[in-house]
Amino acid sequence: MTPVAVEVQGVSKRFRLYHEKYTSLKEKVIHAGRVPHEDLWALRDVSFEVPEGETIGILGRNGSGKSTLLKCVCGILQPTAGQVVVRGKLAGLLELGAGFQQELSGRENIYLNGSMLGFSKRDVDRMFDDIVEFAELGQFIDNQVKYYSSGMYVRLGFAVAVNVDPDVLVIDEVLAVGDERFQRKCLDRVKQFQREGRTILFVSHAPDLVRSICDRAVVLSDGEMVGVGAPGEAIRLFRERLLEAGDALGASEAAAALGAATEDVAGEHAAEGLAYPDPQVTAGVPGATAGSVSRLRLAPQDSRPVRFTDVTCELPAESGRRYVLPGEPVTVRAAFESVRPVVGAVFQLELRGDGGTGLFRTDSEILGLTCDLAPGPGTFEFRLEAVPLLDGAYDVNLGVQTARGLSDWREPACTFEVMNPGRSTGVVAVAVRAALVANGGLVVGTSGTVAS
Amino acid sequence: MAVEAPAEPPDARSAGVTSVLDRAGSVATRPKATRVVSSETRVWARLREVWRSRELLVYLVRTEIKVKYKNSFLGLLWSMISPALTLAVYTLVFGVVLHNGMPDFVLYLFAGILLFNLFSTGIVTATGVVVNNAGLVKKVSFPREILALAAVGSAGVFFFFQACVMVIFMLFLHWAPAWSLLYLVVVGLVPTLVLACAFGILLAAINVYMRDTFHLVTVLVGSAWFWACPIVYSYQTTVASRLAVHHLTWMYFLNPLAILVMTFQRVLYGRLTPPATYAPHPALHVLPHWPVSTYVWGDGVVLAIALVLFYVAMVVFGRLAGNFAEEL
Repeated sequence: MTPVAVEVQGVSKRFRLYHEKYTSLKEKVIHAGRVPHEDLWALRDVSFEVPEGETIGILGRNGSGKSTLLKCVCGILQPTAGQVVVRGKLAGLLELGAGFQQELSGRENIYLNGSMLGFSKRDVDRMFDDIVEFAELGQFIDNQVKYYSSGMYVRLGFAVAVNVDPDVLVIDEVLAVGDERFQRKCLDRVKQFQREGRTILFVSHAPDLVRSICDRAVVLSDGEMVGVGAPGEAIRLFRERLLEAGDALGASEAAAALGAATEDVAGEHAAEGLAYPDPQVTAGVPGATAGSVSRLRLAPQDSRPVRFTDVTCELPAESGRRYVLPGEPVTVRAAFESVRPVVGAVFQLELRGDGGTGLFRTDSEILGLTCDLAPGPGTFEFRLEAVPLLDGAYDVNLGVQTARGLSDWREPACTFEVMNPGRSTGVVAVAVRAALVANGGLVVGTSGTVAS
Repeated sequence: MAVEAPAEPPDARSAGVTSVLDRAGSVATRPKATRVVSSETRVWARLREVWRSRELLVYLVRTEIKVKYKNSFLGLLWSMISPALTLAVYTLVFGVVLHNGMPDFVLYLFAGILLFNLFSTGIVTATGVVVNNAGLVKKVSFPREILALAAVGSAGVFFFFQACVMVIFMLFLHWAPAWSLLYLVVVGLVPTLVLACAFGILLAAINVYMRDTFHLVTVLVGSAWFWACPIVYSYQTTVASRLAVHHLTWMYFLNPLAILVMTFQRVLYGRLTPPATYAPHPALHVLPHWPVSTYVWGDGVVLAIALVLFYVAMVVFGRLAGNFAEEL
């Protein structure tokens, strides 16, 4: 059993929101300690464990308590109740360049920051060259950091945090900075950390990033932990929470329109026990029936004008295979239900490969299709004429958007598998022809086409 | 245009991995310290944390000093110039104009100011230190007590420089300290430092919640406390007899700094056994004729009080520190 690196045990954090802040003695005396305030629970009884070597993402809307949680883990804030146990050296990157002294040079700041993270001068000496190289600061290392550009500042901050050799790295929204090349470098380093068995806690607004680098993710909503599970699972949960928040306006309206029908659906939903933090709601076993690779029973949602009831990936039925060959068509068929007339619904399709890499994204609007939906059930179809992909399982995500916002989002809506009979590797099936055009003064014949 | 550098070749990357692992040992197997973040952390545990972060203390002291004198032309020299100016003014007013008759008054003054400056600079800097480093406190985790300790530490560095100036003064005036009592410097210094740390930690925490504290401390320490210590005047020649008449001597020594300052004066200013060639030095009358043990005992009592105060300060600080990040 892997030892636990970070243990969050029933952590709650209360903030006092003062309507006005009284910090001078006079004001305190005048108000005699009775400063009006509201309690705000930024975290409520959050518990989870992070085994050593795991990368865990923390997802949540703004104000859901993500940063508070990280600050508690780092020890910047003390939880009001509960505790956090951290095994090993922790480096936190809550804000890049935090802890830099404007007046000091980059060099001095590296030592200061290093010692703040708990490393001795000798440790930092050893890491110093790596840090400077990683930060790409060159001769600017001896300039005062107040003269640094924001990019330099950020690079130095990240370079210190990832080079100081922590056991646990805590990153808060900081990978989104720097240019693309530096971002990739940071990601490479994060992946190297993962290979080395270090533990990473990672907060991001970007679900793609969480999907690609995290082993698990925690979803927070209004300070409460809604679920923890595989990234795909957590992201679905997170998106649902976003939906709920975004659609709060239309909810009452929709409920009225739904009438008794909703009651039935809701009842059915409850009976099936498809509660949301249910890890079982993932793509089913491939190929339950010929032609239909995977099937997902979707939990009915009320209060949204359009929702999917069933999504299937249909493979060429005649083949009888449970996978497609590169270049074969796949049809994504979605049964949906519209509770009221919707003008200008947009169906969205997303194709994701191994590790959540976004491969393809389109929607009905881009494709020039206008969908005005009448109330009642319906079926929508995306027909992928040819799937130019190589070996792997691919997720299809499906969404439908109305003028009010995202009305439903299924992730993964279904999956399909591609088997590549050829020996080329990679992701994309590129039709390719190899030719030795000339050799030794002779024109040589071409070889056959390699269909990847 | 080759903007996008291709991914490093695999061998180079794996070399990078091994180098990191080499210097770290295996990440999975190396020993790891466990840290618990909760609202209840014991004073001893926190002191251990502080001890572990002692190197940070050194860096913070350095930073404090560097930042203070960065971009000033004379830099660190100011830490010597400002007490020298104070000395000049007091010597002029009390020694020359009011003619208090103390031999080499400037050294008497210096001995007292040296210690008092350590204490007052330490406390005043420490009081504002958490608020001034709000950016750090809100974003980086480290034992916050270190900030207050660093403030006292930086005062300690200034103390060192000023002590050097005093040595120069003594050489210049051909004035030797009581060599055999030189250890009293340490005996006086240690309680002063502990006391400064205790007050510093306490006030730094309180100042986060009540910003008046800083102004109050500046005024109280800078003026009231200064005059409560026998620095400019002599205890023996001015206040001792008057206090004794009203049996109030004990009240004077409620000020823990009084005995500490006098200890310093005893070593650096007054000698018990002047060289045979000298007539008994008139300076001796400026100081009380106490045996050395009185100073040692007095300083010991102050040290004990300071330690208790330090513990109290740590407890209070621990209570208040949890909310620093939100209060700033």
